[in-house]
Amino acid sequence: MKILVPVKRVVDYNVKVRVKADGTGVDLANVKMSMNPFDEIAIEEAVRLREAGIAKEVIAVSCGVAACQETLRTAMAIGADRSILVESDVDLQPLAVAKLIKAVAAKEQPQIVIFGKQAIDDDANQTGQMFAALMGWPQATFASKVVVSGDTASVTREIDGGAETLEFKLPMVITTDLRLNEPRYATLPNIMKAKKKQLDVLKPADLGVDVTPRLTTLKVSEPPKRGAGIKVADVKDLVAKLKNEAKVI
Amino acid sequence: MSLLVIAEHDNAALKAVTLNTVAAAQKIGGEIHVLVAGSGCAAVAAAAAKIAGVSKVKLADAAHYADQTAENLAALVQANAAGYSHILAAATGGGKNLLPRVAALLDVAQISEITAVESPDTFVRPTYAGNAMATVKSADAVKVITVRSTGFDPVAAEGGSAAVEAVAAAADLGLAKMTGREITKSARPELGAAKVIVSGGRGMGSGENYHKLLEPLADKLNAALGASRAAVDAGFVPNDYQVGQTGKIVAPQLYFAIGISGAIQHLAGMKDSKVIVAINKDEDAPIFQVADYGLVADLFQAVPELIAELG
Repeated sequence: MKILVPVKRVVDYNVKVRVKADGTGVDLANVKMSMNPFDEIAIEEAVRLREAGIAKEVIAVSCGVAACQETLRTAMAIGADRSILVESDVDLQPLAVAKLIKAVAAKEQPQIVIFGKQAIDDDANQTGQMFAALMGWPQATFASKVVVSGDTASVTREIDGGAETLEFKLPMVITTDLRLNEPRYATLPNIMKAKKKQLDVLKPADLGVDVTPRLTTLKVSEPPKRGAGIKVADVKDLVAKLKNEAKVI
Repeated sequence: MSLLVIAEHDNAALKAVTLNTVAAAQKIGGEIHVLVAGSGCAAVAAAAAKIAGVSKVKLADAAHYADQTAENLAALVQANAAGYSHILAAATGGGKNLLPRVAALLDVAQISEITAVESPDTFVRPTYAGNAMATVKSADAVKVITVRSTGFDPVAAEGGSAAVEAVAAAADLGLAKMTGREITKSARPELGAAKVIVSGGRGMGSGENYHKLLEPLADKLNAALGASRAAVDAGFVPNDYQVGQTGKIVAPQLYFAIGISGAIQHLAGMKDSKVIVAINKDEDAPIFQVADYGLVADLFQAVPELIAELG
């Protein structure tokens, strides 16, 4: 079976983003870009399923600007067999991406599509669920454990206050949570090998998908700042202040 | 204009977070209906009918809604969506699972985790782990919205007297089968609802230290226990303890950050707390920039002292 893994190029998680002074967005000039961390977990999980003999091929797909090719090379260095870029300079929102992935899935016929649960730039947490809805497939979101056997999968999901395990019939969508796995580092030989792997480029028009944004960002601003308080001398001082000044205990 | 709020519940009781979602709906304005979908959940519907400002409760009671699987619920919401300008749910694990599926079925965008309402089509939401607040305007006919509870003060749980109307269940799609659910059993309050939260970070050193030091403190304060992502990644505690952009967003009266450096992603999850106390041996830790009371000390000494001092 094939596993399709959509990956997104985002601002590296170590970068502290700055809001532009004119309020039109965040400053992305000369900022380090990387693969969305949750998508790395998704690639890792897919590669492990191939290594376990469950999947035959892992295909990474990214939707966005030409530079997303770098992100796809990273995915192939981790172990994806080949990749597809749906290239567009439009601001691609989750519903548009879900539709693009649907068009790619129609060609590739994957049995499992593994998404990161959320991208760390727009923090939307939508695309996997939307894709599942468009396909009429089950969705195992926020997965912390995946066991595939035959044409079913048992997935443990993180829920508020605990975890639950569900059984799904393939084809299906999985979205990754933090504890699903720890992605491997791409080694230099694998990075070199990834450069030779197949990377196809498509356009949204080739797939017949309308990617017009539905949401318009009117402005972007800094969050309200919380000022630093005071340093207390010791535990006695702290407890006294919490009792008498803040009156919270 | 009518708005539909999806109730969050466990078939037995209505979750308080629904009151914050109704508050967001009130800010938008219009007639507010609440959808209660579950199994044997008449008590939940009765509780929803009492929420101040709710004018109708729609109850879909069927065995295949017992487990709140997104596939069946989304189909039900879609079947009941006609006539609503807005569909809202809490940005909880359940709401985040369900609502994007609803949005895609309706072919509209979802507006995630709003923290403020500017107008019926314009909302404020955090991006980049809370480092940039985006004001977004929706062009869709139906606005599908998840609501971050800390952005809206809850409406009163009592005072309303809405009619409860049964609605037909949609077909069971049979796409997912629950085989087990493990809810962490705890006598402590839930993270989302606690007045006091005690959180530990990487500075705890180990899961053993975390439990040995923080549990007695949490017991003293009747507090919920939380953790930074670093502590979760290090395996000290399970992921459902995590406070932060990728975990739970909380805003208690009193928040203790112990051995937590204050990574942006953690701050995004707790900076709306009323009073923040930080205990860290590194006086340059960023957590002190948001703490009302900072104590530069070795937590292994300070926490036992604190427990003793609280009596």
